Amino acid sequence: MYQYDHYDQAMVDTRVEEFRDQTRRRIEGTLAEENFRPLRLQNGLYLQLHAYMLRVAVPYGTLSSRQMRMLGDIADKYDRGYGHFTTRQNIQYNWIKLEDAPDILADLASVEMHAIQTSGNCIRNISSDQYAGAAADEIVDPRPYAELLRQWSSFHPEFLHLPRKFKIAVIASDTDRAAMKLHDIGIQLVRNDKGEIGAAFYVGGGMGRTPMIAPLINPFVPIDQLITYSEACLRVYNRYGRRDNKYKARIKILVHELGKDEYTRQVEAEFAHLLSQGLEPPLAELERIKAHFVDPPFEEGLPDDLDLGDPDFALWVKSNTVAHRRPGYVVANVSLKPVGGIPGDASADQIRLMADLARDYSFDELRVTHAQNIVFPHVRKADLYTLWQKLDAADLATANLDSIGDIIACPGLDYCSLANARSIPVAQKISERFAARDRLETLGELKLKISGCINACGHHHAGHIGILGVDRKGVENYQLLLGGCEGADTSLGQITGPGFSEDGIVDAVEKATDVYLAQRQDGERFLDTYRRVGMAPFKEALYG
Amino acid sequence: MVEAQYRFRDDEPVADPAVTVDSFGEQSNAAAVRLEPGDDARDLLPYLDRLRLVEVNFPSFGDGRGYSSARILREAGYEGELRAVGAVFVDQLSHLRRCGFDSFAPEVALDPVDAENAFNRWPDVYQATTDGRTPIWARRHPGGNRG
Repeated sequence: MYQYDHYDQAMVDTRVEEFRDQTRRRIEGTLAEENFRPLRLQNGLYLQLHAYMLRVAVPYGTLSSRQMRMLGDIADKYDRGYGHFTTRQNIQYNWIKLEDAPDILADLASVEMHAIQTSGNCIRNISSDQYAGAAADEIVDPRPYAELLRQWSSFHPEFLHLPRKFKIAVIASDTDRAAMKLHDIGIQLVRNDKGEIGAAFYVGGGMGRTPMIAPLINPFVPIDQLITYSEACLRVYNRYGRRDNKYKARIKILVHELGKDEYTRQVEAEFAHLLSQGLEPPLAELERIKAHFVDPPFEEGLPDDLDLGDPDFALWVKSNTVAHRRPGYVVANVSLKPVGGIPGDASADQIRLMADLARDYSFDELRVTHAQNIVFPHVRKADLYTLWQKLDAADLATANLDSIGDIIACPGLDYCSLANARSIPVAQKISERFAARDRLETLGELKLKISGCINACGHHHAGHIGILGVDRKGVENYQLLLGGCEGADTSLGQITGPGFSEDGIVDAVEKATDVYLAQRQDGERFLDTYRRVGMAPFKEALYG
Repeated sequence: MVEAQYRFRDDEPVADPAVTVDSFGEQSNAAAVRLEPGDDARDLLPYLDRLRLVEVNFPSFGDGRGYSSARILREAGYEGELRAVGAVFVDQLSHLRRCGFDSFAPEVALDPVDAENAFNRWPDVYQATTDGRTPIWARRHPGGNRG
């Protein structure tokens, strides 16, 4: 894992003092709320329906057990004893007092963490593949490149007042586990035929009210020009992104309106100019960062088999674990989606328990996933049963990864000042409706995602089944979408037709799954069947 | 011309009024120009040798186009005065300095203590710009190979 040197530490410590000063001026009244707002947002502090919400950055989703423990302690000390893991691999606290915020940032800085640029119209926390460093299919570990970009994007003086927020994801395998093409910039690390690493740049994707899949603008940016090319992409956006309408301000609209070719031409011209400006850190800096991400001391010659005699354990292994690139090890996922629970929530005690388990069974490392779950990336198969028992005792062993129970949901109208409808109760009802184990198993992989408004924080466009909450004449109403997907074969879901009531949407989801079960052919997932048969039979069942 | 509250230069301030970018090209004796956010700073590049003051207007706190305008001028070798005017507040000062601004004319005068703190806030910086500061990556690798 990356560890701060004295420079990195001084940067976050300085940020804490800056924010303490800004908060003091706000409370004293010399800093107007209008001008404080963008400053607090760039420190992750939102004013929500009931209180301030603080969003803490988890760069590329990677945490040490010491950091995870601090997240649990903060939940107890400053919040109501729980935290909420987000689709950006971050964690949010929903009940924060403004005057406590500088102290929370100081506590975070003591474990090399921060809330820098987790909100606001700036470059946000860089996200990545949650299985980085463990996945069997990656060509390199993407995290050193993400860390290089983290440092470049932190306090970047030119790009702190962009037209709108800006999200970057970095992956290094063909299987996209980070919804890379639905980011403002998606970077896939690739190898050319000379064996050199480079970066494929996909620019102008996003969800929100106008979902778009990012087009490829450059298939191979040499790795020693990664920062300069990123700077060129951002400068063109900062200068020409729309500022007249916040709903048309994301880079996807600029790329769409200019056209991919014209946007690319402008980026290449800016890039040619910037190459002479000495912006690129030396490769020695990338090597320095890479040294922090060397393999943990994996053991050789471990047995590669598991005793699956306990049927509950066997079920969890089947649904929640993934192949590791080293024999004798496995990647274990903790679902934060217990039946009827709030997706992504964990109590302070659960967070601290996961910290302890990572220390004991996963080389001190955890990951947060964009599906709002937690990963133990490097577990010895010999330890897996013990790990599972300890998770199970803390209600953390729900066996539903990537099933219809593993719902992504935004906080919705229960917390969020932007929302039009509640997301959490719908997620809870669907989770309960499909709780029976055989139903989950029968339905297989089925990604269901719920957003409480068109800003799409719950990624409803990318759900095999998506649900969008809207306000219809003062009543919460839920639209159903089918066929979205965030993987390498990214697609956007299509709306089925008129929306449903809160209970009606749960019935509608069940009808859609009935159509799938009736129509599916051998081995097809819900998404595969939908793609083959199209919308018509689903519409017939829903509205016929 | 707008009076600067802070000026980090030793030369005599330009007394001429700043003209718009549109009219600047035709006025061969003009030495001061005012850039609005929608103007293209690169339109000024043919005239850098006679330019002595560029005012960059910030109509609102959140409009960040002026940061790019400033860097483009400095990257092209402009050495005259670069003045941030309009909605310029304490918490932008260090970033504006990094982008090449060397004078500041806020529409509402800044608290001197707060401004002093802001100018001196960051002991180090992560990025290379034309402001002459050594980025952290270069401090980590003195004499190292440039990417």
